[in-house]
Amino acid sequence: MEQVKLDQLKEIARQIRIGVIEGTYHAKSGHPGGSLSIADVLAYLYFEEMNIDPQNPKMPERDRFVLSKGHTAPALYATLAARGFFPVEDLKTLRKIDSYLQGHPDMKGTPGVDMSTGSLGLGISAACGMALSAKYRGEDYRVYTIVGDGESEEGQVWEAAMFAAHYKLDNLVAFIDLNGLQIDGKITEVMNPTPHDEKLKAFGWNVITINAHDFEEIAAALAAARACKGKPTAIIACSVKGKGVSFMEDKADWHGKAPNADEYAQAMAELNGEGK
Amino acid sequence: MAEKMATREAYGNALVELAEKYDFVVLDADLAAATKTGVFKKKYPERFFDCGIAEGNMISVAAGIATTGVIPFASSFAMFAAGRAYEQVRNSVGYPHLNVKIAATHAGVTVGEDGATHQCNEDIALMRTIPGMIILNPADALETRAAIEAAILHDGPVYIRLGRAAAPAVNAEGYQFEIGKGYTLADGKDITIVATGYMTHIALEAAKLLEAEGVSARVINMPTIKPLDTAILEKAARETGAIVTVEEHSIVGGLGGAVCEALAESCPVPVTRVGVPDCYGRSASAGEMLTFMNLTAESIAARAKETIARRV
Repeated sequence: MEQVKLDQLKEIARQIRIGVIEGTYHAKSGHPGGSLSIADVLAYLYFEEMNIDPQNPKMPERDRFVLSKGHTAPALYATLAARGFFPVEDLKTLRKIDSYLQGHPDMKGTPGVDMSTGSLGLGISAACGMALSAKYRGEDYRVYTIVGDGESEEGQVWEAAMFAAHYKLDNLVAFIDLNGLQIDGKITEVMNPTPHDEKLKAFGWNVITINAHDFEEIAAALAAARACKGKPTAIIACSVKGKGVSFMEDKADWHGKAPNADEYAQAMAELNGEGK
Repeated sequence: MAEKMATREAYGNALVELAEKYDFVVLDADLAAATKTGVFKKKYPERFFDCGIAEGNMISVAAGIATTGVIPFASSFAMFAAGRAYEQVRNSVGYPHLNVKIAATHAGVTVGEDGATHQCNEDIALMRTIPGMIILNPADALETRAAIEAAILHDGPVYIRLGRAAAPAVNAEGYQFEIGKGYTLADGKDITIVATGYMTHIALEAAKLLEAEGVSARVINMPTIKPLDTAILEKAARETGAIVTVEEHSIVGGLGGAVCEALAESCPVPVTRVGVPDCYGRSASAGEMLTFMNLTAESIAARAKETIARRV
């Protein structure tokens, strides 16, 4: 990847992370940890990979995105705002009673949101439905989803995994955000859903494991997914929960907690490159 | 009048009959032979998708399909479509108001021998709590055919309750079905029997028994549970002064619950809810189950007379 492009993507991801902190700080609630862990993947999807048009969010031939781990809506909203679907300033209205930015994604109210999600396990199934419909109608749009590692404890995720392989949905890419933490602690201690790679391979998926914070690896995995025929692709994205904000990194405590004023100031200083 | 036919069978036939007229796909959860989507599968295999025994996934897949502008029918037994997958119906379909049609067969005690685990007497109650959900419960084959087409033409989620047992026709050829409308099948002045689904023909029998005893019973067929035709109910309450609701569903939250809620706020009159009395079913034939649950013409007639006696 060219350095210019790499720098652009890093800057976009930084803006997304700032949006996550702005949103959750002003909302005084929300889920920063898992939002920060997917910022780089979202930056690449919305600025490089997906065929979308912010001026025409419902464009029929657009690629679709479903945030199956819907609680990390702050990252999706920050991405959509950065991409021009709505004003960045509106991120501060997250979770407010008169805002169109609901605590979990609402496809009816928010431009660019392709599916309402939040209840875990449901989003990946909806993504399967979109991908199946493309096959049925002979359309060539692609469908992307991000599933949480904790979310993968939901049985429905595996029903969907079976379905996607059965119907050979090679137009579907599911990222598994493997940050290793869920609300109550380490995923391996709460209810171990690993190993995702071997399980998904056994379910009939094309599986690629990457560093979720490396754009070169994200790009290569998505290119490999496009090249893979007859199978859905799972990208096991090894990430750091809270990535980019030192005191949030790898802490389950920051799953669903908003920063206070001091923490907000420190997070913004770090994201603005003002040292830790 | 057509011969007896289960509404599930009329559903399968309707899918085939309407296939060329409308663009829809059909999903099932390994019950195509029982739900009768199998007849559609045979004729239109490229438009049929089996989801296996995974009803939650099926409903959310249907939601995803609906976002792309294709109408999905998702079928299973009522127990699994409304019960197992309640939360998927609520969050994947209901909340985003997606254009998904859930055709749930094997509802109520007329499931028969499979027993309590499969006799779903709670689906109407569950579906009624979902904002924007349309609930249809056709009484016969003709009404089922009309309900399926109306569901296709309605933009939004629809739950269609269908039965396993063969039901005689209660509607005449030329019957015009409309979502949200109740239909007076027999006029009367002493009491109104409001029935839905399979129980409608039994309600008509009850009215005949009452007539023989000099009691004039109005019979209203209520194929739409939500939105409820409150106008026809208020008129019946005003004109006959007493109501009996009849359904093969729990007396909690079904047609009876809906009628009580509506009339309590507009025109309170004595109401008796004939249905499954807040209990589970058991293995028996459909006919035996109806008798076991007191869902017979004789029982309805007796309850109607009691209700008339409660009039102030």
